[in-house]
Amino acid sequence: MYPASMQESIKRLDATRAERIKQTRIPLLGADAKKELLKGFHPDYIESSMRALAIGPNKGDRTPHELADLLEAWPIVDRAKFDTEHPKYDVDVLIIGAGGAGVSAALVAATHGAKVLTVTKLRIGDANTMMAQGGIQAADKANDSPERHYLDVMGGGHFKNIPELARALVSDAPGVIEWLEELGVMFDKEADGTMITIHGGGTSRKRMHAARDYTGAEIMRTLRDEFRNQNLELIEYCVAVELLTDEHGTCAGAAFVNLETQEHFVVRAKTTMLATGGCGRLHIQGFPCTNHYGATADGLVLAYRAGAKLGFIDTIQYHPTGVAYPEQIVGQLITEKVRSVGAHLVNCEGNRFIYELESRDITASAIIRECQSRNLGVATPTGRLGVWLDTPLIEVLKGPGAVKKNLPAMYHQYERFGIYMDKEPILTYPTQHYQNGGILIKDSGETGVKNLFAAGEVAGGIHGRNRLMGNSLLDILVFGRRAGIAAAEAVKSLEPPDGGFQHVAAYEVELKAAKVPPERRSPMLLPEYRRPEFKTPFAFAECL
Amino acid sequence: MAGEVKSQKPRAKTQSGEMAKPAVDPEPRNSSGDAAPSKDLVTIYVMGEAYQVPKDLTIMKAMEYAGFRFIRGCGCRGGFCGACGTVYRTKDSYKLKVGLACQTVVTDGMYLTQIPFYPANKKQYDIAKEPANTQVLVRFYPEIMRCIACNSCTKICPQDIDVMGYINAAIRGDIEKVADMSFDCIMCGLCASRCPAEIVHYNVGLLARRLYGAKVAKRSPHLAERMKEINAGKFEPGLDKLCKMTEVELSALFYDPKTRDVEP
Repeated sequence: MYPASMQESIKRLDATRAERIKQTRIPLLGADAKKELLKGFHPDYIESSMRALAIGPNKGDRTPHELADLLEAWPIVDRAKFDTEHPKYDVDVLIIGAGGAGVSAALVAATHGAKVLTVTKLRIGDANTMMAQGGIQAADKANDSPERHYLDVMGGGHFKNIPELARALVSDAPGVIEWLEELGVMFDKEADGTMITIHGGGTSRKRMHAARDYTGAEIMRTLRDEFRNQNLELIEYCVAVELLTDEHGTCAGAAFVNLETQEHFVVRAKTTMLATGGCGRLHIQGFPCTNHYGATADGLVLAYRAGAKLGFIDTIQYHPTGVAYPEQIVGQLITEKVRSVGAHLVNCEGNRFIYELESRDITASAIIRECQSRNLGVATPTGRLGVWLDTPLIEVLKGPGAVKKNLPAMYHQYERFGIYMDKEPILTYPTQHYQNGGILIKDSGETGVKNLFAAGEVAGGIHGRNRLMGNSLLDILVFGRRAGIAAAEAVKSLEPPDGGFQHVAAYEVELKAAKVPPERRSPMLLPEYRRPEFKTPFAFAECL
Repeated sequence: MAGEVKSQKPRAKTQSGEMAKPAVDPEPRNSSGDAAPSKDLVTIYVMGEAYQVPKDLTIMKAMEYAGFRFIRGCGCRGGFCGACGTVYRTKDSYKLKVGLACQTVVTDGMYLTQIPFYPANKKQYDIAKEPANTQVLVRFYPEIMRCIACNSCTKICPQDIDVMGYINAAIRGDIEKVADMSFDCIMCGLCASRCPAEIVHYNVGLLARRLYGAKVAKRSPHLAERMKEINAGKFEPGLDKLCKMTEVELSALFYDPKTRDVEP
């Protein structure tokens, strides 16, 4: 199904395969070589792509324009429409977002005796968790240890990670796997129960646990089922548009709009947790993205207005291997597992150019260099460039049928477009994947705002400047559970709060002083993909 | 913009003196990184109404092109979440076809509707307490015995799962087989929408997978061992030390193959 223009290059790739198999491993890059590669080719290093924030707790910090436009923006809803005197719900713990972090927090908070309400913008399980394919890290084998995992996490994050958060991540990891096993997650195992684990980019031990290439989906559908078994309270299709705070700036719940009925309502809560995910759908620097429809950074906006400090927001993770062809699915994820099980990255001449399992920022930069600077990319009919992932090689290394067995989801995705990845290579280019930073938290999930917690991609500091594969599925569960416990324990000494929008009014004073244009509104709620002639400014705001 | 040549912002020369040079002239793209859509239009019918859309778009992008803004019927946009199950007919065919809107390309005359939600029967259970025996699936979902082997569920599955096959395995009480055969399920619910016996297949598969993972598959011996060590505080002194290290000290450990050798 590849056009003739791309077939030529496939022939060169086929011709070099036997040689490449014999080739020894490409050496890992040293510290200086990494720095040079990132500086030259990683999108974060493009000066003009970011600006210093003019207001708020991170005033002066370098931030991608797309995110800055949401942080430096006016509220999307007229707050007079909310009756804060008469909350529709009065609960102990309010969880906003129902992906892996939110659902695991709800489960744990409920077992700690709290009355929990989970409210989510789309459906329970509509989250990047569902799309995570490759795996989840945990140092649970004899040749591995949490210390070793810690060193890998810190190295991947360029040693900028917050130590207490990285420590919590690696220390809780085996316990998370045990919890998932008890809930019935079908991890890939040997007959005797030994976990089948493989490498991910930047790991020094094979500690990537997987459930075929549906790891996140398998975890999410299991957690969701358990959530339903426990009969926990859930409201779907309602979006948080503002947090509530009391006169001391303590968080007191949130204000919501029902996307289907446009009802406006308030939830009063003793503790509130943001588990709203990342910012993939902002399309930083015009990149396509791998993220869920709802990944619009809403949680960052709400927390920032309430005074929570963010961290590492100038580092976006571009997944090295997004789809570059066919055009219909450009930007969608090709799991790192494809490289973990042996596929080579190969340029248009059939040559390798980087060790495939360097950490993601390094591998992505190397692919960009190959295409943009060395002129060794493969061009598609729509003018994109990419490099090959030699997937037929997996069949050679692991035996016939290995692609279908290890990568059923990927195989199925390409098959729909007439590309058979066990026989033909697939074309890739980096795609926006993950928000490395977020709301700064303590290892209990507490944010800088009292009684406001955060967990999952919306939180930051755990991964420093670059997250390793398999540490986000881990992160959402480690910090979802920690925040769930902390939020449930905290309510025991709290009275129902009186919340309002004082913090929003104060933020508006700053917005006015910074001369932020009145048409700039946030949170985004959902991305806008209609043609320009259909777009009315802030279409949702009008119905809100 | 990404993945193309022209729009790359100028960047500093690296030490090896490499600079970006354009290789091909790309089509303009919109802010989401998509290429400009084809100018060749086809007609699709969304719930009976005709819209002209570019021929190479997925159903999801075509509907957005036509002016729809999704609240329901759109999720991960990557084929994993089951939000966008779509039923359609193509020109001059009696056959009812099915696909995920985010993964299926439009064709001229396509006549479609999304089924973003379908009411489902879901039983509550405590996985820790339920035995993984041959009766458990039938006990919770006795309606599986009503299967009339019409195969409508298999025919409609956008994941090409042999749905009727795993319901047969469920009737036999073969948990392992149900778990394995249903594994690729994204729980879109289209099978349940077609079933004359009113079976909710995907909840049967889910129960089987959870029982398999929790009860049938052996627990990991190395994981139990590691949990003992963690609970005994074995790694705390080492982590205390690591957490206090400076960036330079950590970097030295990280790049030294003696302290951080990579497993082959």
